[in-house]
Amino acid sequence: MKSLLISFVLFAGTLQAQVAVRGETVYTMAGAPITNGVVLIRNGKIERVGPAASVAIPAGYKTLSAKVVTPGLIDVRSALGLSGYLVQPHDQDQVERSSPMQPELRAMDAYNPREALLAHVRSYGVTTVHTGHSTGILVSGQTMVVKTAGNSVEEALVKPEAMVAATLGSDGLTNEAGKSPGSRAKAIAMLRAEFLKAQEFEKKKDKTRDLRTEAFLRVVKGELPFLVQVHQAHDILTAIRLGKEFNLKMVLEGCAEAYLVLDQIKASGYPVILHPTMERAGGETANISRETASKLRAAGIPFAIESGFEGYVPKTRVVLFEAGMAAANGLTFEQALSSISIDAAKILNVAERVGSLEVGKDGDVALYDGDPFELTSHCVGVVLNGVVVSVDKK
Amino acid sequence: MLRQLTLLVPLCAIAQPVAYIGARIIPVAGPEIADGVLIVDGGKIRAIGARAAVTIPANAKRVDASGKVIMPGLVDSHSHVGGPAGADGSGPIQPEVRVLDSINVRAASIQKAQSGGVTVANVMPGSGHLNSGQTLYLKLRDGGIIDDLLIKLPDGRNAGGMKMANGSNPRRASPFPGTRGKAAAMMREQLIKAQEYRDKVKAAGTDASKLPPRDLRSEALVEVLEQKRTVHFHTHRNDDILTVLRLAKEFNFKVVLQHASDAWAVADEIAKAKVWTSLIVLDSPGGKIEAKDVTPENAMVLDKAGAPFGFHTDDGVTESRLFLRSAALAVRAGCPRDKAIYALTMAGAKMLELDERIGSLEVGKDADFIVLSGDPFSVYTKVLQTYVDGVNVFDRSNEKDKLYQTGGYGASHDELDFALIHGPEEQ
Repeated sequence: MKSLLISFVLFAGTLQAQVAVRGETVYTMAGAPITNGVVLIRNGKIERVGPAASVAIPAGYKTLSAKVVTPGLIDVRSALGLSGYLVQPHDQDQVERSSPMQPELRAMDAYNPREALLAHVRSYGVTTVHTGHSTGILVSGQTMVVKTAGNSVEEALVKPEAMVAATLGSDGLTNEAGKSPGSRAKAIAMLRAEFLKAQEFEKKKDKTRDLRTEAFLRVVKGELPFLVQVHQAHDILTAIRLGKEFNLKMVLEGCAEAYLVLDQIKASGYPVILHPTMERAGGETANISRETASKLRAAGIPFAIESGFEGYVPKTRVVLFEAGMAAANGLTFEQALSSISIDAAKILNVAERVGSLEVGKDGDVALYDGDPFELTSHCVGVVLNGVVVSVDKK
Repeated sequence: MLRQLTLLVPLCAIAQPVAYIGARIIPVAGPEIADGVLIVDGGKIRAIGARAAVTIPANAKRVDASGKVIMPGLVDSHSHVGGPAGADGSGPIQPEVRVLDSINVRAASIQKAQSGGVTVANVMPGSGHLNSGQTLYLKLRDGGIIDDLLIKLPDGRNAGGMKMANGSNPRRASPFPGTRGKAAAMMREQLIKAQEYRDKVKAAGTDASKLPPRDLRSEALVEVLEQKRTVHFHTHRNDDILTVLRLAKEFNFKVVLQHASDAWAVADEIAKAKVWTSLIVLDSPGGKIEAKDVTPENAMVLDKAGAPFGFHTDDGVTESRLFLRSAALAVRAGCPRDKAIYALTMAGAKMLELDERIGSLEVGKDADFIVLSGDPFSVYTKVLQTYVDGVNVFDRSNEKDKLYQTGGYGASHDELDFALIHGPEEQ
């Protein structure tokens, strides 16, 4: 107990520290980049941002410097903290297969803040992660938004209930005899039935608690976005059809063949959480393209690039690399950086706290010794909630 | 891109010398040439050097390569392109099985590998067996049949190795081994049988009546014992790496350590054994217990220890189209740039014992090279062209070739060549 108290005091103490970050170029993602910029952080929040000429660093601030400074990066969708790096039964909690629809499962009840991959992605500048139940069954459960530090999920939390995750297309089906859904059409019929049931539930006077229906009701009422993994073009249209029938708040995820149905996605108004640029081609993603991000951008469809889900090696992708590959395939540098910072924050509805370097936002900053997307550059520092969590290892 | 008539390939290659002029050339053998000329003729490199130092033959076709980078074709010492299948579930040791009998040269994965700059690949069966079969060293030429891609050795055999594995992958239910100790014992037993077979054949001399009945398993392993077939040994954990070295010493076979996730932990022992290590570079550790400590720093550590190393893709574990990127990540983790370039080219050539023919740009060697838009280790750099034996097998300016490089609708269709030959645009 004593050591616990001490570590709490230490943690609180570091939170109080004041940090100044200087960058030869500071990409605030809120306006033009600043040459010779300074970011001041006080009590965990950004206090001032501007050119060094007009922002003096007050005495007592711990100062870090780097060639390039960006907001702490956001991984817009992963299973980090639930799907552990050892891939053993004890560290795999991203999907539960006893029934095809489990929207009541909360991400916070499965999150391990000490999972090694969290520190791994943080060392590349990732400070915020949208994570939770993943892919593989029709409705796998809820997601949440966390910071990549903290001794408990409570310390890490930004948004405890972010979305309800679903998988359409063949990856959400079962081939077990006598079990459903065994076909795409059956999957949609099951979802429609659940949504109708939730609408009926709301009208009922007798509100005997039912976690599953309550979760579906929150989806139907638009309180929680329905996060639908969907890759093939026709499945994307099916998702949109379902979303419009029930007037859902929907987020399309994956979207390997989005480039075939750009007009329909644009018309739907739904944002896209795009597959990792380097995701393997095969199965549902056979027709995946490295140029999809640039096509979404050109079409004016809001999107962000995820690390997604890996079952084997590498156990996680790093959004910094995935956005870099998009920058090499049609996005500009700043568009690619947006896709793992402010654009991701907007899709996750957490832009009031993270995603850009603006006064009042969380003190989350990443430092690089060159173009962050260059394969031979290094992340030389990470500040999270105003605490320096990693420094130059070289 | 696959050609519809493979006969065209040699014709293109011998038609006329071609001079690639003005590129920054990375020959690997020798220092970089800032403004160079590469002359290719009959599928071989005829000349290479600074612009001022090379005489361009009057009949040569001149290709402006200024602003580009030319380097040797990449040699991937561990790949699964072409969908090779080796041993089946009937037992853990099947050296008689050849991937030769299973590869689809029309697979999209081969076209994609060409678009990533890979010109030679060691195509292997999997790692779920102690010994899953014979590998093939393939030139990624455009071909309709496997023979078009084979590399013939002076003795007439097809160039290739032998795949073995230890650690957790081959540990399965009986008849597979249940422990590491059992795995090593089973492999030793089979190698001893091969030694006995070899001795019987030797003892028979010219007397055919004394020859033992042919035994495909032993025949294949005798090639291993006689150092005519290098063992590519899948291994991850530090103690498993040492077990490989122990077996190689006992049976005196040539070995390449494949993956070697824990190489950093036993780098001195690897250096002392003077064996090659073929490394995989991954974006994150883990995925399975044996890979929990894998790090892109392996290259840097082996280099410091004086142990020779190269990289591989293990395609589809990582991708052939990202092979240059693997080396770049090792550079990020401290590997010297020149060593990383070497590890993509000559290192693989040495592991496959093809370094007399490939791996560097030198007069007389095969004209296997790639043209890049910029620095090999920049994320923004594209492979623009890939040449095997002087023949263009990938050109980014060709729409269908570009599809393989960037992906998109149909990029993974193995049968695309059928559409090419019989589709409306060809009629």
